[in-house]
Amino acid sequence: MTTQTNVNIDREKGNFHFDTDYAFDAGTGLSEKTVRYISEVKEEDPWMLDFRMKGLSTFEKKALPTHWATKDLENINFDIIRYYLAKGQTPSRTWDEVPDDIKNTFERLGIPEQERKFLAGVEAQFDSEAAYSRMKGDLEEKGVIFVGSTEGLKNHPEIFKKWFGKVIPTSDNKFSALNSAVFSGGSFIYIPPGVKLEQPLQAYFRINAENFGQFERTLIIADEGSEITYMEGCTAPKFETATLHSAVVELVALPGAKIQYITVQNWSNNVFNLVTKRAMAHEEAEVRWIDCNIGSRLTMKYPGVILRGRKARGEVLSIALANEGQHQDTGAKMVHAADETTSNVIAKSISIGKGRSSYRGLVQIPGHLKHCRNNTECDALLINSESETDTYPAITVKGSENSVQHEASVSKVSAEQIFYMQQRGMNEGEAMSLCVNGFVNDLIREFPMEYSVELKRLIDLEMEDSVG
Amino acid sequence: MNSLKIENLTASIDGQKILNDLSLELPAGEVHAIMGPNGSGKSTLSKVLAGHPDYEVSEGTAKLDGEELFGLSPDQISRLGLFLAFQYPIEVPGVSIANFIRSALQARLPDGESVKAVEYYKSLYAKMDELGMDRKFTSRSLNEGFSGGEKKRCEILQMSVLSPKYCILDETDSGLDIDALKEVSSGVNHMRDPNRGFLVITHYQRLLEYIVPDKVHVMCDGKIVLTGDKDLAVELENKGYDWIRSEVAA
Repeated sequence: MTTQTNVNIDREKGNFHFDTDYAFDAGTGLSEKTVRYISEVKEEDPWMLDFRMKGLSTFEKKALPTHWATKDLENINFDIIRYYLAKGQTPSRTWDEVPDDIKNTFERLGIPEQERKFLAGVEAQFDSEAAYSRMKGDLEEKGVIFVGSTEGLKNHPEIFKKWFGKVIPTSDNKFSALNSAVFSGGSFIYIPPGVKLEQPLQAYFRINAENFGQFERTLIIADEGSEITYMEGCTAPKFETATLHSAVVELVALPGAKIQYITVQNWSNNVFNLVTKRAMAHEEAEVRWIDCNIGSRLTMKYPGVILRGRKARGEVLSIALANEGQHQDTGAKMVHAADETTSNVIAKSISIGKGRSSYRGLVQIPGHLKHCRNNTECDALLINSESETDTYPAITVKGSENSVQHEASVSKVSAEQIFYMQQRGMNEGEAMSLCVNGFVNDLIREFPMEYSVELKRLIDLEMEDSVG
Repeated sequence: MNSLKIENLTASIDGQKILNDLSLELPAGEVHAIMGPNGSGKSTLSKVLAGHPDYEVSEGTAKLDGEELFGLSPDQISRLGLFLAFQYPIEVPGVSIANFIRSALQARLPDGESVKAVEYYKSLYAKMDELGMDRKFTSRSLNEGFSGGEKKRCEILQMSVLSPKYCILDETDSGLDIDALKEVSSGVNHMRDPNRGFLVITHYQRLLEYIVPDKVHVMCDGKIVLTGDKDLAVELENKGYDWIRSEVAA
């Protein structure tokens, strides 16, 4: 494989690759042997190997969900994927200790710079394992834990075991089962009661090897009254063959806790991105997913919140941009399981060229609950006449004291809008960018500054490319 | 001499000929009015000059200070210095006026340079004061839910900030009450300059009482059929367009 030296930022930002020697390689294909290998390399306890084995058999039993999802899933060849690749060293606490090839990768992606500027902590995962993980010293003193999942399991087994796999059961879907069998990497975070993080913690997931499957597993526990913002970014180089990214993310917000989880993904468009994300919100807790999906070949992701405590609040704000040859199949799940719980979903999608975006929303409020509310808005913007969008809401609201509101809209960028804007001097790409930015503007305002700037820039670049 | 010079222009849309061998020269520093009945091709002329992709130019040239406009994209024409104040300004949801105008200015700068925020807002606010616009206006979405008067004022504001060489006002008076008409006219008059030309398209003589033209052209069936001074507009108002038809036929 060649090393590219001439690299631009942004969509091209992630499109480079350094040769890397891996000390641990589970080979290609998936079998019991693969799973045992991973568990052995990580020196896991027997209960975890059992958990993984159960994941494998569940994965093998479950069919692909093509009865409702796209048939493109059938193009994933599980036999040629490499399920575990690692250098075999523990994550470094300083960038100087990170091996050069990996360090150069993250420097090019701007991670150390962002860490200096505005982050409380960073974890950088390279293929299967974290290469770097560090947070500011005062947080450690307060008892905050922010490490990779491997390290979390090893060093904090009492907290890890209590919550691991409790929000998303292994059998939730075929890909959560796959993740359960072969997971490695991801973040393990614990915020002690009452601790409020003023700056975000960030994880960056980087796929470096061809035919590689990345299966990180993130578990965040925010104890009573604590607050945390977690941010994840992801990129991969453009390879000839498809790459699989299949994460499981579980959040636990204990009474009164607030978790904000922000994703800005910028996958190259050969990545199958099939991710299960769910949170459990206890009494008066708040969970907010901010989810920006740019790039990938197919993304299927429906962040959810189970509102199990009185007055819990769940929110999903999502932006999906489906460019030529891409399918963003995204949405939200809100399961109300206690009185006075509220949920809010705002989903905006943009389809460009032959891009397709689908919204799937599930809202459940059973009849025995009182004073629950859900608000759902999904808006789609089509850039060309060939672009596609579809919406599949599944709302089950029972009981006379609960309320639900659902609004959906589809709009198109018109030729007259573009002409008007061009008449003011902007070229076609700039005009479309401005329309798209206008469309998502009210949502982006909800994001922390640094990410809204980054996101606007990504949108501009996507639009420029699409006009060619 | 600098001018916007149109010669022998023939243009059509969907195979239907709208402009037919039209010639017109607007020298810098002058204000020319174009009047004419509905369907005579006045708005088409403004769109063709601005490079609207739906129209096909089969013959003729249009030169802005000697540079050919036909064949250029609408944004290139804009950046050369032609501004069109739309009869029906288009709504762009979510894009604030301030952001929109800033993007238009940004498009005029070379790569690597960017609009300086402090100076930009200073000049934007100064222009708004001149037009009697509330500063809160800048954060509203472009033309979305605007009244007729607000839309036209917003067009003049953009024109004023972008400072083009030639301005086409396409029925800017339509939908305006008398107060708004006076404010918009005063905004245009502020911009009159020996180096700038205005083409004012209107049905009614009323606007020309406030923006006094150097010349009045009458357009009929896709061409200029009569040219005179400002008194021609008054005569036209009194006698009606049928009079022109009979004059031309005679």
